[in-house]
Amino acid sequence: MAAPRIFQTWLLTELWRGLMLTGRHLFKRKITVQYPDEYTPMSPRFRGLHALRRYPNGEERCIACKLCEAVCPALAITIESEERDDGTRRTTRYEIDLTKCIYCGLCEESCPVDSIVETHIFEFHGEERGDLIYGKEKLLAIGDRYEAEIAEARRQDAPYR
Amino acid sequence: MTWASWSFTYVLPVAWILLQIVAVVAPLMLAVAYLTVVERKVIGHMQMRIGPNRVGPGGWLQPIADGLKLLFKESIFPAQANKGVYIIAPLLSIGPALLAWAVIPFGPTYQTPYGEVTPVIADINVSLLFFLAVTSVGIYGVIMAGWAANSKYSILGSMRAGAQMISYEIAMGFALIGVIMAANSLNISEIVEAQAGGFWQWYWLPLLPLFVIYFISGVAETNRLPFDVAEGESEIVAGFHVEYAGMTFALFFLAEYANMILISILTALLFLGGWYSPFPVVPFTWIPGPVWLLLKTALFLFFFLWLRATFPRFRYDQIMRLGWKVFIPVTLVWIAVVGVANLTPLRPLFH
Repeated sequence: MAAPRIFQTWLLTELWRGLMLTGRHLFKRKITVQYPDEYTPMSPRFRGLHALRRYPNGEERCIACKLCEAVCPALAITIESEERDDGTRRTTRYEIDLTKCIYCGLCEESCPVDSIVETHIFEFHGEERGDLIYGKEKLLAIGDRYEAEIAEARRQDAPYR
Repeated sequence: MTWASWSFTYVLPVAWILLQIVAVVAPLMLAVAYLTVVERKVIGHMQMRIGPNRVGPGGWLQPIADGLKLLFKESIFPAQANKGVYIIAPLLSIGPALLAWAVIPFGPTYQTPYGEVTPVIADINVSLLFFLAVTSVGIYGVIMAGWAANSKYSILGSMRAGAQMISYEIAMGFALIGVIMAANSLNISEIVEAQAGGFWQWYWLPLLPLFVIYFISGVAETNRLPFDVAEGESEIVAGFHVEYAGMTFALFFLAEYANMILISILTALLFLGGWYSPFPVVPFTWIPGPVWLLLKTALFLFFFLWLRATFPRFRYDQIMRLGWKVFIPVTLVWIAVVGVANLTPLRPLFH
């Protein structure tokens, strides 16, 4: 096998094979997704920005059990609670520090009343320090605004839970 | 001396030379700008992406945006840098890269009513030697840049660049000696004239090993992939120009791309018959010579990009091995072959 090896070395056959490979790809169909104009399909399990949901009668779901706060591996959730006038336990403060959050979804999984959820929204930003610490009102507002979408994603995923 | 005669002896020639320089440098700068877009597009397509397509129609205004951005950015001077050398280095990089274009002929000698006109700024008899000398100076810019920035990455990059460029300069020089022996001239125009005829009469065929080695050495000389250990962004960040920003960085960038075009056009001139059409028959000879030269240059430029998209970076010791233990012996052997053949009846094969 001495002769072919010499040919391989001096005719640069291996280099040409590599060049042919990239040369062929020059004419292949391009797979770029042009993001702001086009989107890739998204799973109903996608974990993006958080939201706090309400029951259909308008009552907030969160009962301040603090399971999400306990399970959060990034310690991004802070909860303070108090007894409300009707004797139920409710949060007075529910903050998620999105700069700490790793979007693991454990808070959503731990929630006994499906209150804290992660939505499909991933295009959010903050322009000042503290902008990405979302409080209770903001999270509830997101929940109100995207309730239909959130419910639909939960419905699609329900058979696999 | 009257004003009129004074202007005829001094002002007009200077103005004429300046005009010639602008006529070469302005299209060159445009070519450099657009080479960057073409590079990103070609490499993108080879990686099944589509490359820049946002600025202007199809992304073709991208280099204007890039240029403006670099122009308005602050040029940073590190506190530890040697300011004088730090500023001179990019100038010393771009200077030779542009200077070498003075001896590049862009077409054959034309007969005009005013006499013979050769489309070259300085038609000197040792133009190939001038080219070698001037491009070798470019290495000073790289070494000074790495030294002046006073940073460990840039000094490593410039040391590598220095060793690499000097090693490959030897193989490159030997490859050119083969051309000189075949053409019996150091004038690039005459070397091209010696290749007159179809593609089977160009020097790439009798000097095939030298042709391949010259082009690969050219890739190494310009510090392009796969020979870009001098930049090596994954190990030494960006090598000799880590600390440069804004326009001072842009000068290095311009120099690198101008050198790429220079190597490509010189390979086309010396080995691929310059402005001669590949088939000396009617439909091909209608196309003017400079167009053929540009097409051949574009072919080699495409090769630069193709190589970059295909091969991973060489290890430093592999570069040195290839340069010293492969290229230099092969060129020496082929010079001997050309020399011996010139003394035998085989001479017409090597012109």
